[in-house]
Amino acid sequence: MDADSLLLSLELASGSGQGLSPDRRASLLTSLTLVKRDYRYDRVLFWGRILGLFADYYIAQGLSEDQLAPRKTLYSLNCMEWSLLPPATEEMTVQAAVVKGRFMGDPSHEYEHTELQKVNEGDKVFEEEVVVQVKEETRLVSVIDQIDKAVAVIPRGALFKTPFGPVHVNRTFEGLSLSEAKKLSSYFHFREPVELKNKTLLEKADLDPSLDFMDSLEHDIPKVEPCPRAWLPKALAPQPQALPPPQGPGASRWSEAVPWWCCAACSGQASPSTMLPAPRTVATSTWAPVRRT
Amino acid sequence: MENSTALGQDKENQPQGKEGRPWDEMTAAAFQDPEPGLSKTAESQQAPETGPQSRSSPPRSPQPPGNTPPDDLTGSGASPPPSPLQEPSSTPSPLALARQDLAAPWQSDKNASVTPEAGTPHSDYLEPSPDKGDSTPHQTCQSQGNAFQQPQQPNSHLYGPKDVSCNNAEQKKLRFDIFQETDSNSYDNAGEAEPGASEAAPSMLETAIQNAKAYLLQTSSKSGLNLYDHLSNMLTKILDERPENAVDIIENISQDVKIAHFSKKLDTLQNENEMLPTYEIAEMQKALFLQGNLEGADQELEDEIAENSLPNVMESAFYFDQSGVGLGTDETYRIFLALKQLTDTHPIQRCRFWGKIFGLEMNYIVAEVEFREGEDEEEVEEEDVTEERDNGDSEGEEGDEDELPRPSYKAPQAIPKEESRAGANKYVYFVCNEPGRPWVKLPPVTPAQIVIARKIKKFFTGQLDSPIVSYPPFPGNESNYLRAQIARISAGTHVSPLGFYQFVEEEGEEEEEVEGGRDNFEENPDFEGLQVIDLVESLSNWVHHVQHILPQGRCNWYNPIQKSEEEEEEEEEKEEKEEPDYIEEVGPPLLTPISEDLEIQNTPPWTTRLSSNVVPQYAIAVLRSNLWPGAYAFCNGKKFENLYIGWGHKYSPDSYTPPVPPPVCQEYPSGPEITEMDDPTVEEEQVFRAAQEAAVLPDEEDEETEEGEDEEEDYD
Repeated sequence: MDADSLLLSLELASGSGQGLSPDRRASLLTSLTLVKRDYRYDRVLFWGRILGLFADYYIAQGLSEDQLAPRKTLYSLNCMEWSLLPPATEEMTVQAAVVKGRFMGDPSHEYEHTELQKVNEGDKVFEEEVVVQVKEETRLVSVIDQIDKAVAVIPRGALFKTPFGPVHVNRTFEGLSLSEAKKLSSYFHFREPVELKNKTLLEKADLDPSLDFMDSLEHDIPKVEPCPRAWLPKALAPQPQALPPPQGPGASRWSEAVPWWCCAACSGQASPSTMLPAPRTVATSTWAPVRRT
Repeated sequence: MENSTALGQDKENQPQGKEGRPWDEMTAAAFQDPEPGLSKTAESQQAPETGPQSRSSPPRSPQPPGNTPPDDLTGSGASPPPSPLQEPSSTPSPLALARQDLAAPWQSDKNASVTPEAGTPHSDYLEPSPDKGDSTPHQTCQSQGNAFQQPQQPNSHLYGPKDVSCNNAEQKKLRFDIFQETDSNSYDNAGEAEPGASEAAPSMLETAIQNAKAYLLQTSSKSGLNLYDHLSNMLTKILDERPENAVDIIENISQDVKIAHFSKKLDTLQNENEMLPTYEIAEMQKALFLQGNLEGADQELEDEIAENSLPNVMESAFYFDQSGVGLGTDETYRIFLALKQLTDTHPIQRCRFWGKIFGLEMNYIVAEVEFREGEDEEEVEEEDVTEERDNGDSEGEEGDEDELPRPSYKAPQAIPKEESRAGANKYVYFVCNEPGRPWVKLPPVTPAQIVIARKIKKFFTGQLDSPIVSYPPFPGNESNYLRAQIARISAGTHVSPLGFYQFVEEEGEEEEEVEGGRDNFEENPDFEGLQVIDLVESLSNWVHHVQHILPQGRCNWYNPIQKSEEEEEEEEEKEEKEEPDYIEEVGPPLLTPISEDLEIQNTPPWTTRLSSNVVPQYAIAVLRSNLWPGAYAFCNGKKFENLYIGWGHKYSPDSYTPPVPPPVCQEYPSGPEITEMDDPTVEEEQVFRAAQEAAVLPDEEDEETEEGEDEEEDYD
């Protein structure tokens, strides 16, 4: 959720049961403004919170002019002091994949993982137990990255690609109509497209290059028929609803005629069928509504 | 604002008073203005493109005679024909003309905007007298007959009082208005323009404008739209909405304008209002807000307040909000009202907002309810009767088909469910999908359901009657699964500060025989509250006040042998074998501190927090379950509450793996009696007989070998 409209976004996301206590809210409003100034971000998004056993991580992301450019991620334990996290790499993902269980709440905590490695000594091959140590910070980075890639979604038309390449917020976007909002194809993964390149020319023919430049949700696995009820805004404060398994529980989004938000929250358990070794996390990334002045 | 309204009035007045005439003149003026300044530039531009200037002159000369008549009011309708007719003659090369067309309107436009400022006294322009704006703008215009005045007039009474910068912007809008106006009766204007400025009227420019418009007005063969209307709609939209940096989003605006053509309002056949489902919910929730009005009498109110079973949901929601949990004030209040509706319509002794369970399509709002004494008995009995009927039916079917062999397998006797007001069925639960929708009572839970629910992990859908497809098969539909999960969550996560509840002593002593479980407790009237810090620092200050559910699926252990001895004494032998399986299950007693809860793979089951680290003096203690993500409890020393908002799934560090199916049973005992063999042939029988007659023992072996050979042959 955009730091500028944090309170509104929080209220709309309140149906998930996850909120922020008043002092957290207030301190976020203050500190994110300073983050925006100090790091010179174009936009600062409050990404969400990852619950730890002893402390919680509050995550924010800074965006540059190009909305699709790699995002900078910051974390804070007290909502006031923010620290920059390194960008996620493949190696980190592999490392962190072995860690199970909850986050601790201490970025310097080291998970110990013993694994068997084959060691060649001369002719003999024997297995040796090696203790791998994974820092929680590494895990944090990789988990945030995974969640972003899996469930960060935006409604179609909220961003548009300029002819020169950069992606900007579409200021004329007015939300999806009800019929559009019911379709999974009206939502995009908020990440660099992966599957778009694999589409055939025939499939690409109908796409609008300035709008359809990201992967839509409709081809996500497993397929789920979107339920109209799930997208309904509840009166003025839309109730975040569960997205079917492709997004995992907690991922939710909704749209309304004028303001629109999208929100991704993950409770760390994808679904009974496709379990991710994700921690218990709650992530809410909501996009600012279009503001007319 | 005054000015804009003034303009609005003017606009309305114009058509009535002047019959559109002023506008015509105005636009004429707009095109005349440029003449002096533009004629050179226009011609100079034409020169390279169209070549000889003489070509541009022919249209000029024929026009004045053709267009003079329309100078009067009625002539406007007659004027159009001549000008379009001239077009072909005036345009030698279409290409050049097209360019010329494009250039011309813009230039004329520019000039129109420039000339007013240059040609008129500024004072008049910026600070016009209100009288002038309101009363007689057009009359003066006409009397003056000055082309320059016309465009100013609207300017002045529109934007006079505003500052200059604003003026510029608004002026552009005006210009656009003029432009649009000319669009509607373009040919008329062009024609009428002539006579007014006939002295200096080089009609080249007008022709160019006409050509440009003609081109822009061409209707697309595909969409039936024309660019002129589209552009003017776009510009109208931009000027109405005034987005920042409009040039960057012009493509989107263009798209929006086009999309607007396909919106529903064009459907004239039937007035179809889009029925948003939000309306339905709003309609339903309206009833919640009106329910207070229905009961008028004060006495009733007093009675109600006296025997109030409604919990103060908002108060606990406030505390939960302090700890960063909760559904938001708005939704909580609706739930509050829904609970009020529930307590008003049912004989309820005690009611509590249990929590919310998310579903894929809809969510469940769960209310925990205790009926008044004796009120709920009937319903329970009814349910039992129906269940029995079901059983009877199934037995009857079996009886009909007695030809089929019956399996020797006997299912272990079903463990009976706990009576209402005891164990896992201590409370009754009502659920609804949305505040305002009807409350549905969940059926009581059976031990088998709890046992299976522990082994499976399913998402709720939001439809109570949807089937649970799982392995091992779950006995019941989603309502039963929901009820089972509620029972498990309650047993695992409902906690209270130490000392808040105490055992009911009198009964407790008597009932000690019953599994050592004192399952009755009451509020401790002497509870003085605990320090919040103590609650945060030590888990032993929190106790479970809901009974632990045994592996059997009941809270109070049921000995399956007792009944079986009474009913089936014949099978005592078997029971003896099975007896070791039935070890009495004992769970932790009621009001056990949560510090004794078990860890799951090094994850402590509870996390405690202070709601605020900044102001710890007034903070409250927050308890979060790590076992059931979404289960929270708070305590501010004296008050406490439990709440669950989540998916109804227990935490497991590993991926869910369904239990392995049991080993396959043997279908039948294999032996010589049922092994398939070929019938002996006639020769074999003869041989057999002969052999029998001869001798018994030695011949048997032969027979067997022969049979073996025969079988082999058959297989080949």
